[in-house]
Amino acid sequence: MRETIIHSWHITIRQMRNLMRQPWYVVITLVQPIIWLLLFGGLFKSIASVPGFHAKSYIDFLTPGIVIMSALFSNGWSGMGVIDDMDRGVMDRFLVTPVSRGAIITGRLAQQGVVTIVQSVIIIFLAWLVGAHFPGGIIGVLVLILSAMILGGSISSLSIALALLLRKEESVIAASNLILLPLTFLSSAFMQENLIPHWIRIAAGFNPVDWAVNTGRQAITASVNPAYVSLHGLLLVLFVIICGWLATRAFRSYQRSV
Amino acid sequence: MKSITNALDMPNEYAIVVQNLVKVYQDKIRALDGISFSVKSGTIFGLLGPNGAGKSTTVKILTTLSRPTSGEAGVVGLDVVRYPDKVRESIGCVAQKSGVDREATGRENLTLQGQLYGMKGSELTHRVDELLDRFGLSDAANRITRTYSGGMQRKLDVAMGLVHRPQVLFLDEPTTGLDPKARSDLWNEIENLVNDEHITILLTTHYLEEADRLAERLAIVDRGRIVVEGTPDELKSELHGDAIHIELSESQSDGTIENLFNQVSKVRDVVIEGRLVHARADHGASSVPALLNVLDAEGIKVASVTVARPSLDDVYLRYTGHAYHHEEKNEVLK
Repeated sequence: MRETIIHSWHITIRQMRNLMRQPWYVVITLVQPIIWLLLFGGLFKSIASVPGFHAKSYIDFLTPGIVIMSALFSNGWSGMGVIDDMDRGVMDRFLVTPVSRGAIITGRLAQQGVVTIVQSVIIIFLAWLVGAHFPGGIIGVLVLILSAMILGGSISSLSIALALLLRKEESVIAASNLILLPLTFLSSAFMQENLIPHWIRIAAGFNPVDWAVNTGRQAITASVNPAYVSLHGLLLVLFVIICGWLATRAFRSYQRSV
Repeated sequence: MKSITNALDMPNEYAIVVQNLVKVYQDKIRALDGISFSVKSGTIFGLLGPNGAGKSTTVKILTTLSRPTSGEAGVVGLDVVRYPDKVRESIGCVAQKSGVDREATGRENLTLQGQLYGMKGSELTHRVDELLDRFGLSDAANRITRTYSGGMQRKLDVAMGLVHRPQVLFLDEPTTGLDPKARSDLWNEIENLVNDEHITILLTTHYLEEADRLAERLAIVDRGRIVVEGTPDELKSELHGDAIHIELSESQSDGTIENLFNQVSKVRDVVIEGRLVHARADHGASSVPALLNVLDAEGIKVASVTVARPSLDDVYLRYTGHAYHHEEKNEVLK
């Protein structure tokens, strides 16, 4: 266990270092959510005056949606790095060493987690600058970031699992494109639950993105409903456990095929 | 060959013992068809054969990456299937495909590799410096490896395989794709390794020259089986006499050549490949006139004749029935 943690740490450092060496990638990862926030915030501003819309302003409502959406997208591509490692022989080089097998996955997840935190903090800060309110206080904001990280970890694990099974960049890109946008829009990320069509509301009930949005959005309101937050949070935690398990299964199948 | 029923009982003098290894992939490809060999500690053992012969598969099993379908393999006295973790501690591996992280510097690559083996602090720093120095990479240590030449990257690969001072090093086609200068540099490094660090090396290669130069013993692998094993000299001396290669103007495949050549005394091992005829004779130079005479009598035109001392090329030809250089050419075309 101690070894796994130390190895994960080394792998995380390697991942972070390689990431920082691609400054354009870093800039785009950080700028994209800002564009989403300002674009959607401006485009749908008048939603706040629709009858039945509860939030004070649309930006208040939108911010947690953008935080979760950004976490979803930046983690949705973590499998690409795994494919690169497999193609370049780095994966096999790791597997020949006594490195804890789990650390190869958790090291990556940890690095993605750091990206999610930085991204979320920037979005929240910018939203605050343009007038968003966070009546739930610092704890509410922390819960929002935490739910973004848990969702991010799940999606990262799924992406890694997909990469280990498909082993082709093109296939992983296609699969991610197919999944990520519908997951975002089949949720209450951009629209209050009572204002979206019935069938989407039903679908959203089964959508982890919606669980994360609801957990985070509820946590930053003035009157937090702890039962609501814990229920959705619990679903998220179950989801991340299942995804992590799938990733380790996929890893074993990769090892068997070598 | 020595027969050892249980890899765990292998005597200390052997660093690697392979018994009847079979590997069948999911797609039913039989990559290994019962390979057996043993490698003495502190020596270089070469597995020689064309691509697809099963060399890399053997290395993957011995380095715990892949599991055998049947058979046994032991490295430093440990069964690779039962004790993969312990085996990993004592081996280093330079895979056919470079495992260098191209976005990291040479030093970072070596450091991470050491950390994965549990090395740290000044012990690790010293070892990294020592290896950078040894492979002439000190000046490039802090450069991103994407900017390294093929030869430098390969040296870094070897250095990474050595960082934790393994007892056994696997070199899977270490010089494939290198230019002649880089290749001979790496050969020198490999030779020095065995002398300085008393390490055991399993080398796979499809270069006859490389096996001849480096390996103390070697085994020729063809289609998942070992066709012959011995020291390069033993293998060469098994082929008494010289090799005669005759290139005909047109190919003859109706058996006339074999018949004609067998009439000439002291000529044997006739192998025909298209327009090329290979044969052996105790004294090549004195048999050539007789051979040319019989060919001339039949009106068969000859384009060129060469007589050579036996080489591993001939060993390969003799045991597999096809010439080595052809395999290589085909591979280059791929």
